[in-house]
Amino acid sequence: MSIRLEKPWQALERLDDLPGHLGVFQLGNADGEVQFIGYAGGRSQYGLRSAIPDAVANVATATSYRLEITAAYLTRYQELLMVHQADHGRLPSANDPVDNLGRLSPA
Amino acid sequence: MDLSLSEEQEMIVGMVRRFVREEIVPLELNLDPDADTLAPDDRARLTEKTKAMGLYGLGIPPEFGGPEIDLVTRTLIAIEISQHRAGLYAPCYGVFGGAGLAQLFEATDDQKERYLYPTLRGEKRGFFGLTEPSGGSDPARAIQTKAVRDGDDWIINGGKIFISGADKADYGLVFARTDKDKGRNGVTCFIVDTDTPGFHVRRVVHTLRSAHYATELQFEDMRVPASNVLGEVNRGFAIATDRLTSQRIPYAAGCVGVAIKAHEMALEYVPQRETFGAPLSSRQAIQWMLVDNEIDIKQARWFTLEAADRAQRGESFRKEAAMAKLVATEAGGRVVDRCMQMFGGYGVTKDFPFERWYREMRIRRIGEGPSEVQRHIIARDILGASLR
Repeated sequence: MSIRLEKPWQALERLDDLPGHLGVFQLGNADGEVQFIGYAGGRSQYGLRSAIPDAVANVATATSYRLEITAAYLTRYQELLMVHQADHGRLPSANDPVDNLGRLSPA
Repeated sequence: MDLSLSEEQEMIVGMVRRFVREEIVPLELNLDPDADTLAPDDRARLTEKTKAMGLYGLGIPPEFGGPEIDLVTRTLIAIEISQHRAGLYAPCYGVFGGAGLAQLFEATDDQKERYLYPTLRGEKRGFFGLTEPSGGSDPARAIQTKAVRDGDDWIINGGKIFISGADKADYGLVFARTDKDKGRNGVTCFIVDTDTPGFHVRRVVHTLRSAHYATELQFEDMRVPASNVLGEVNRGFAIATDRLTSQRIPYAAGCVGVAIKAHEMALEYVPQRETFGAPLSSRQAIQWMLVDNEIDIKQARWFTLEAADRAQRGESFRKEAAMAKLVATEAGGRVVDRCMQMFGGYGVTKDFPFERWYREMRIRRIGEGPSEVQRHIIARDILGASLR
């Protein structure tokens, strides 16, 4: 498994197809830049099916999404944040600062 | 050995039990089922409470500011603070504090100033770097990370895996081979600052613990001053084994605590749940599961407290710690599995903590030395020289 989420972006028009599983996701803008990283956890009402639309409603620049189904949603979420931080020197613009985020230096 | 609790122990255990049930469990209703951290405000508030209770920093020796509480009582507390959803790996979410890296209590004065005291003040974090991709159960032979002396420094090359907290740490204890011909007598422990050039956290290692990851580390020509050798050169393995042995007691205690909580939940549930017109508790199959739980828990608790008692009295406890770890981790797994079975479909949902305990308890039979290694330690102790 790649440590980066490298699946192709999906248009927001396809939100009806979202699975109800637990997992992580990214929202991108029109230039394919990651705007937000989120997850659908064990308390989400309908898994990714509800977590992604909820996030889209709060990220005005979001035009696309991509997701990964995983039961390890918390560690994968932290990993994606750390990788983004390592690649770009900052978190995605729509993510709040994360208390005590780890530091990765991916090869 | 008398395992009845003294009046003071009864009082402390009761106080901790109330704390877990009144302060921790209610918070978990609003946390992610896999969470292992509290909101900062809650954490600060509850930490103040444990300090007021005189129970903060249980693993810290009194001369370094820890409470004057003996090891058996600390083990009883460890059994209590694990009795909630996150309790196996994040007992009370850390609000009772920790000892940091106990090996640093034996550090030089200079090392204590730079690493131990800032850790105890909560200003620095450390990690313990022993296991390598070549193996973790036989670290004396598996350690391939090399340290070569260069003037006043050592140059370290190699890597570690399954290391917790390295990505958030300010420093770590790294075990490296300093003499390739001397086996366990050729390993040295270094205190390594994580901002040292050549120190890399390469990736997250996802496990059954879905809220907490391990990391893989790589060291590339990492230069560490000789003043950062912990203990003596080529004597690092003793530091590692001391830690591994003593860690087995609280490790076992956590399993006992979770098993007690799971069993308690099953005892509440089976008289209420009816099948075919009668409560589950009337079924012999269920009764036998509960009986087996009782026996498993009693046995594991006894072994764990006996190991703590021997350690407290200054006697050799290597065999007893291995037995406690072996018995408690395996018994804990069986108890959680039975309770999950009694809860049926609900048992495997995230509405209840069993599925989390089931995943995390499985790790316990491997972490801190797998069951097979514990049996090896016990056999070596029983057979002595004739084993070799």
